[in-house]
Amino acid sequence: MTGADGLARFLSFANFWELLPLVAFSLAAAVLMGVMAGVVGPMVQARDLAFAVHGIAELSFTGAAAALLVGASVISGSLVGSLIAAVTFGVLGVRARERNSAIGVVMAFGLGLGVLFAALYTGRTANKFGALVGQPSAVTGEALGVLAVVSVVVIGFMLVLWRPLFFGSVDPDVAVARGVRLGLVGPAFMLLLGLTVAMAVQIIGALLVLSLLITPTAAASRVTASPLKVTLLSILFATTSAVGGVLLALSPNLPISPYVTTLSFLIYLACRLIGRRRTRRGWSARVPVAA
Amino acid sequence: MTATHDGPRTSAPAAVSLRGARLAYGDRVLWDGLDLDVAPGEFIAVLGPNGAGKTSLLRVLLGQTVLATGSVEIGGRPVQRGSSRIGYVPQQKSFDPGLPLRARDLVGFGIDGHRWGITLPSRSRRQRVERALTEVGALPYADAPVGQLSGGEQQRLRIAQALITDPDLLLCDEPLLSLDLSHQRSVSELIDERRRATQTAVLFVTHEINPIMDKVDRVLYLANGRFRIGSPAEVMCTEVLSDLYGAHVEVVTVAGRLMVLGVEQEPHHHDHGGHR
Repeated sequence: MTGADGLARFLSFANFWELLPLVAFSLAAAVLMGVMAGVVGPMVQARDLAFAVHGIAELSFTGAAAALLVGASVISGSLVGSLIAAVTFGVLGVRARERNSAIGVVMAFGLGLGVLFAALYTGRTANKFGALVGQPSAVTGEALGVLAVVSVVVIGFMLVLWRPLFFGSVDPDVAVARGVRLGLVGPAFMLLLGLTVAMAVQIIGALLVLSLLITPTAAASRVTASPLKVTLLSILFATTSAVGGVLLALSPNLPISPYVTTLSFLIYLACRLIGRRRTRRGWSARVPVAA
Repeated sequence: MTATHDGPRTSAPAAVSLRGARLAYGDRVLWDGLDLDVAPGEFIAVLGPNGAGKTSLLRVLLGQTVLATGSVEIGGRPVQRGSSRIGYVPQQKSFDPGLPLRARDLVGFGIDGHRWGITLPSRSRRQRVERALTEVGALPYADAPVGQLSGGEQQRLRIAQALITDPDLLLCDEPLLSLDLSHQRSVSELIDERRRATQTAVLFVTHEINPIMDKVDRVLYLANGRFRIGSPAEVMCTEVLSDLYGAHVEVVTVAGRLMVLGVEQEPHHHDHGGHR
């Protein structure tokens, strides 16, 4: 196989238009997932929860593997694992340093259990690690229904929680003085994060959820410092990566995850380049003042 | 000293009124029998060693800690959590330079950061924020990310944020900590100007009275479960502080700076890291 053939295998558009209607569900799922991840992302960044997202995703895999083993539905297993992890990480140390080592401890043990459950499972092997790295998935109507309900819940609650949650995340001392109940909004956000991660695991695989929950926000905050614009761009970037990934994976019939992660990474690189120019010019027409 | 609250303003209730206030954690009494009336526009420095209950006093006024005995009122009404009648300026701490939060966003939190929902762009809100930024001279860096501003610039934003609701009372907890001398002066001058202009009473917790020595009306000195209230000249002297500490301390003036010798004067940081 020559290099050109190899490339053609990954970027093939044969029968693209005939295949397109078959992935209508996948496209709808990609849009819902992109919007949900894009909304949650800025808060993950503000609360310094990138590592927690990774931990939740891996324990979501453990939940999925356990469900597979006992013959339960993979989505519900994934949700249970995700929510248990999110709540656990939520009550762990508030300081990032304490929290991160605790997450590492729990995550490694949980992932080990997941590997054990997957190894004990005797059914189709393709299912085993699909939850870890993603699969060439035709999203079922049932899965899309679950995703639609979850995304409405997550986006709806995020709209309500947004302002006190953001205030409490970046400026906790003053937020508490102004009456923000951090003990309420923090754990509430962890539940929403758990739901979001469980959905992302279904679509892109546990190991790759960061490309939808972290990368789009990281890219957006390179080009703007406005919280509103960061959120809108983060939604745009996450949705573009997810939808683009579904379309690009269509003809080659490969898992969508490498396409999603690559798109998301390319957007990030582009934003870094734009951001570098911006930093050189300065963020505003700022004149030095004797503060 | 020209205090702006001269003449009793019988119409306006005291900004803060503490009566027989006692604060204790278990057996440990931080202070007891504290009576304090703070007049509108009055500037009071709260001094004392670590663990004397200076920050706890602010927490009582913010409604986060409940008195063991006694009563506390703000502007003639009981304390209430998250009241917009109180502004709060914490000590300066660094923000992540990449955090998507502009100076104007930080100040805007002061208006509605605690309310549910999202902030939609609005002209009147924008004007209100820009007015607050202008008043502290921060408009030139309104769109800069807060993490890329200096400590002095950040504290100006804190003051704008705390005063945007035009509160009756401004609580400052070591707002000058980790600022250099020129920023210490400019930030304390800003607080002084604002309390005179808007009749906002100020309680200013600090371990270092010198930057605000010529601005404060009274000093509340907390130590050993006891306290002393009075003008700086009345409180900051060898006899009074020796009595308060129950040990000999020496108050001396060196090159225009007041120093209390024989007392540990460490700034209290908010993280209680223990031994390092």
